[in-house]
Amino acid sequence: MKDSFLMKDKAGLRMLSILGAALVIITFLNQAVPVDNPLHITTYTVTLFGKYLCYALLALAVDLIWGYCGILSLGHGAFFALGGYAMGMYLMRQIGDRGVYGNPELPDFMVFLDWQELPWYWQGFDSFGFAMIMVLVAPAILAFVFGWLAFRSRVTGVYLSIITQALTYALMLAFFQNDMGFGGNNGLTDFKDILGFDLQSDDTRIGLFLASGIALALGYILCRWIVSSRLGRVLVAVRDSESRTRFLGYRVEHYKLVVFVLSAMLAGVAGALYVPQVGIINPGEFAPINSIELVIWVAMGGRGTLYGAILGAILVNYAKTWFTGVLPDAWLFLLGALFVVTTLYLPKGIAGLYSQIRERQAEKKATSASSNTEPNESIPASQDAQKSKLVEEV
Amino acid sequence: MIDKHIPNDTILYLNGVSVSFDGFKAINGLSLILKEGDLRAVIGPNGAGKSTMMDIITGKTRPDEGDVYFKGTIDLTQHDEADIANLGIGRKFQKPSVIETLSVWENLELALAGNRSPWQSLVFKLNGTDRKRLEDMANYINLGDQQETIAGDISHGQKQWLEIGMLLLQEPEVLLVDEPAAGMTDEETFKTADLLRDVAKSRSVIVVEHDMEFVKALDCPVTVLHEGSVLSEGTLDAVQSDEQVIEVYLGR
Repeated sequence: MKDSFLMKDKAGLRMLSILGAALVIITFLNQAVPVDNPLHITTYTVTLFGKYLCYALLALAVDLIWGYCGILSLGHGAFFALGGYAMGMYLMRQIGDRGVYGNPELPDFMVFLDWQELPWYWQGFDSFGFAMIMVLVAPAILAFVFGWLAFRSRVTGVYLSIITQALTYALMLAFFQNDMGFGGNNGLTDFKDILGFDLQSDDTRIGLFLASGIALALGYILCRWIVSSRLGRVLVAVRDSESRTRFLGYRVEHYKLVVFVLSAMLAGVAGALYVPQVGIINPGEFAPINSIELVIWVAMGGRGTLYGAILGAILVNYAKTWFTGVLPDAWLFLLGALFVVTTLYLPKGIAGLYSQIRERQAEKKATSASSNTEPNESIPASQDAQKSKLVEEV
Repeated sequence: MIDKHIPNDTILYLNGVSVSFDGFKAINGLSLILKEGDLRAVIGPNGAGKSTMMDIITGKTRPDEGDVYFKGTIDLTQHDEADIANLGIGRKFQKPSVIETLSVWENLELALAGNRSPWQSLVFKLNGTDRKRLEDMANYINLGDQQETIAGDISHGQKQWLEIGMLLLQEPEVLLVDEPAAGMTDEETFKTADLLRDVAKSRSVIVVEHDMEFVKALDCPVTVLHEGSVLSEGTLDAVQSDEQVIEVYLGR
């Protein structure tokens, strides 16, 4: 069964093979090619790519709920940040007595605040396994409580989007508080190692990059499995006609809740992989603007395709890195402009660009010549080609 | 509940139902009884409360007062839409509401009776019997050769049929059909009336309709609603010669 749903997903298979090839090639160019060779990829760049892969996983999580179930979350950054904090807490505990104050038990900021012992919610985070469970559980609990309240009260559309914004904003304010015990303004940083491996070493960096790529691939397969099942079709039905779905006997709020919690967990994993690569997690990750940018990646990549979200996240972030280097002040304007252009002219995003062009050509043909013989047959395959080209450019 | 003296063969029982929206009484002391196997047409001018009546039966609107019972013992006011659908009351909307981005086949599959939990949906696989049922249904509603077509691309009349087909696959005991002939050609209208008469052989059906030709073709008892309550009941001829009905329909 697993084979059948993946085999049917030609575009996804192509994307997964490109991803696999990219992981191998980038690792090779970093590890095996000498530093003075122009083909060598620096560890800095590898980490940058690793970051993009985390963003891609986050975008995938958003596409699952927005593209397929019509839930536009403008607060998904919150789940990403929670996953990141869970990982950050583990990394803090790993520092041990190597902190500035040399306290074997308490992280530096707690010593600074004159705390005498570890708060209860920091217990257990010295264990990697426990921390990884919390990476999933913390976002899941928040998503469950929030979703249970919102979906049961049938809050939908723009109202739901607004309260998701409020959610992430409220969390940001809370995490800024020193009393919360998460490092306040500065967040968690100065990490030393993960599972005993030095976070600054090239090998660890490559490992994290590969882990991000594998997590992305697994996340994609999981999402594809869901949207190819009957559950996926119920989600589409909810998106397109919520009341019809109810009258068909489906408990819409349960479906929304299941997929929302799952999406939050994926976002949490993305955050957990992101933090050791960037070396810090602070309340800024909860900023509403992050969640909005994230929705823009998905919209630009092409919502409701899964691979479009991945494509969008990688392309936009690559552009951001490049552009903020050249013209830092202009980036937000460019992003805004790109979003407007996408909304107006590319309703299906970059992933849908090629089929859009083909359709227009086919229409022209159909109007000029009266003979109209199934012009859309070859679109799916050529769409892949287009996409793979775009991915390769990255 | 037994003290309401609901006869055994009554499938749907509405008694003294009222509901108002912002002071406007959409339904006012409405009583209606549907027996097993009945086909009933409900007519009435705009704002007579026809759609609100359907909303109440299917759990979308909760009545301010009155009893709504299904099969004599099930109090429908205590259940929500999904529950009521699973209890066996299907509803067809005025506007055809099929899932436009899914294929005809997928729409039918979605409606197929069965466990509706998210987990069951995730692991759901069509078996041979179900497949056969879907194919039979597609043929029954004249969409046999368009199973793979996206539902958004079929004609208005075909969407109406697809929706009826979806309802039937839910295996409801009562079918509520809201203006099935709206926007149909004459030929489609008569075909639809045939379809509904055929459907009513094995279940109870309430049809809300404006089109008198269509009601005539249904050839069944008629209930006239006016200002939220029943104005007249009987055969179409009897109802059409009722002074009050003439007053309501022509008097304004």
